[in-house]
Amino acid sequence: MSSKRTGQARQAGQPAESATTRLSRLLTMVPWLLNRPGVQIEEVASEFDVSPAQVEADLGLLFLCGTPGGYHGDLIEAEWESGRVFLGNADTIGRPLRLGVDEALALIVGLRALAAVPGIGERDAVVRALAKLESATGSASAGSSRIQVAIDEGTGEQALALAQQALAAHRRVHLRYLVPSRDESTERDVDPMRVINFDAHWYLEGWCHRAEDVRLFRLDRIEAAAILDEDGTPPAAARPRDLDSGVFTAHADDQLVRLALGPGATWVSDYYPTESVEAGQDGAAVITIRTADTAWLRRLMWRLGSQARVLEPPELALEVQQGARAALQGYGDSAGLTPPSR
Amino acid sequence: MSTQPNPAAKTERLLNLVICLLYTRRPLSKAKIRDAVPQYGTTASDEAFDRMFERDKDELRDLGIPLVTEPFDVFFDDEPGYRIDRREYALPEISFAADELAVLGLASRAWAQASLAGPAAQALRKLQAAGVERDDSSLIGIEPRVRTAEPAFEAVKDAVLKRTPVAFTYRTAGTGAVGRRHVQPWGIASWHGRWYLTGFDTDRDASRVFRLGRIEGEVATDGQPASYEVPLGHQPKAMISTLAVERDPQPADLRVRVGAGHSLRRRGGTVCKVDDSWSRVVVEFTDTEAFADEIASFGPDVVVENPAELRESVIRRLAGALGPTPRGQEGGR
Repeated sequence: MSSKRTGQARQAGQPAESATTRLSRLLTMVPWLLNRPGVQIEEVASEFDVSPAQVEADLGLLFLCGTPGGYHGDLIEAEWESGRVFLGNADTIGRPLRLGVDEALALIVGLRALAAVPGIGERDAVVRALAKLESATGSASAGSSRIQVAIDEGTGEQALALAQQALAAHRRVHLRYLVPSRDESTERDVDPMRVINFDAHWYLEGWCHRAEDVRLFRLDRIEAAAILDEDGTPPAAARPRDLDSGVFTAHADDQLVRLALGPGATWVSDYYPTESVEAGQDGAAVITIRTADTAWLRRLMWRLGSQARVLEPPELALEVQQGARAALQGYGDSAGLTPPSR
Repeated sequence: MSTQPNPAAKTERLLNLVICLLYTRRPLSKAKIRDAVPQYGTTASDEAFDRMFERDKDELRDLGIPLVTEPFDVFFDDEPGYRIDRREYALPEISFAADELAVLGLASRAWAQASLAGPAAQALRKLQAAGVERDDSSLIGIEPRVRTAEPAFEAVKDAVLKRTPVAFTYRTAGTGAVGRRHVQPWGIASWHGRWYLTGFDTDRDASRVFRLGRIEGEVATDGQPASYEVPLGHQPKAMISTLAVERDPQPADLRVRVGAGHSLRRRGGTVCKVDDSWSRVVVEFTDTEAFADEIASFGPDVVVENPAELRESVIRRLAGALGPTPRGQEGGR
């Protein structure tokens, strides 16, 4: 049920699609095709997120089905030799099946979350779509009010409006941007690509002229922003990042860091992408993180105090200790600079 | 299984069964259905057919197909007949404007990386089957994303919708203590990017909030569906957010190194120069432990002058960062 198809033909070794999953697609595909006579096979494949070969196999199966009798005139007519699909004699299943509970839920919860976005500009369409959907789904949408998504908890309403404006006008923006992981305030020019809400934070994704790469900027960390009177079309090579595994992306040549976490610090493995997590005794764990920049890890270690320790690399462990010692010196005698002995 | 040679043959059988039961005006007996759907004809025995038909019926109903059982003959009401109610089957005729379909598309794609990705995409296709193409042009690059990284999501969501009591193993925040919980689920909400369950904890006899990410292992059903009531108008988001208890803010007097502590300076009520290397920044905070986490992360660049409680909390973290292998003594909540 939770499968995420890739749009590729199923490979050997992958579990075969279940009969009911395929049936469900066919029952949706038939009305879709009846309303689009002559549509290209590739377009069907892309809409239904399957391979063109799978579309042809599906049409081949439809061709064998029909109303009782089994005579020629009873069967569904399907024709696709020319690469364009024509379907006929399928009026019995000419209407899509009602939305199931999960289907209604996904759309209704998604729309309600959108409706809460400040300045989305499409609120009117959201409200209209929601009303139609709720009346059409009836009992399938009962209980959907008890499932809620808050996508707008990050602040930055002004920055959101500005980012949308810049995107619409294809204008470059100038940002003063805070990088908390390095405690740095930076100035950059950015060509906006899209605005994403991810884990309840808004991000502007764009081509950063300072990094000369695609970067994500959290809107609530933008200290100041201005739309420049300059074309903001990103370079042709700029590609939006694949966000499947989160906003942090690791590179193979990043260094590996091993951390020992006490039971009060294992939340770290929920918040940061880990390469591995080994659960230890009494809720402790050892995790491995791949990262290019260790500044944020030093800061994390100071914060976690006795609840975490860097196991590898030793240089990072030393930096954490030196930084902690220097910080404690700021507190003078009261800090009791005699740490628990090793 | 011998009666199920391959999924393609089964799809064909199920599709013919759906068409046959939608096509008929009157309920059909099992015998009629066996005649009408060619793939049943090849079934060896009556028992094999009965088993196959029973399973097929269940699977169609699981897909949400309204397969009804009715007496097909008023004189022989001991044998049931079957049909699919056409009006109940079909999505009502609703026409969406292009901009409405565009926001529906956004709502659907919001789940692209979540466990509801499949149903969300299927729902959109059904709504677009009528032939209207969506107009994405007006939605300038806004993409909300919902994630359901928590393995417990599916089971908990289903329990919420069906109002089924559940039991699960839960790891408590801070202490890391692990225990069995028995809960009547009320709602779930994604809050700051994490999913939470609200409900009634029957062991503690009180309402509680659980983070789905702290549920360990399987979520077991622990009672019948619809066996309890959810408080009228329950708003999970509101219940979860009120747990972030608001206390009166108090000022923290900080020494911040010049060129550092940007997020503190940004919030700071008072900023003045101490000397060439340090500024004095006064920032309001509510939760001492949470603010100590933030301050400690600045390492040698921020020093707490006051209040003493915050100062001690920061010193405890920094001293801890010098110490030996972690144990479970420090709270760090």
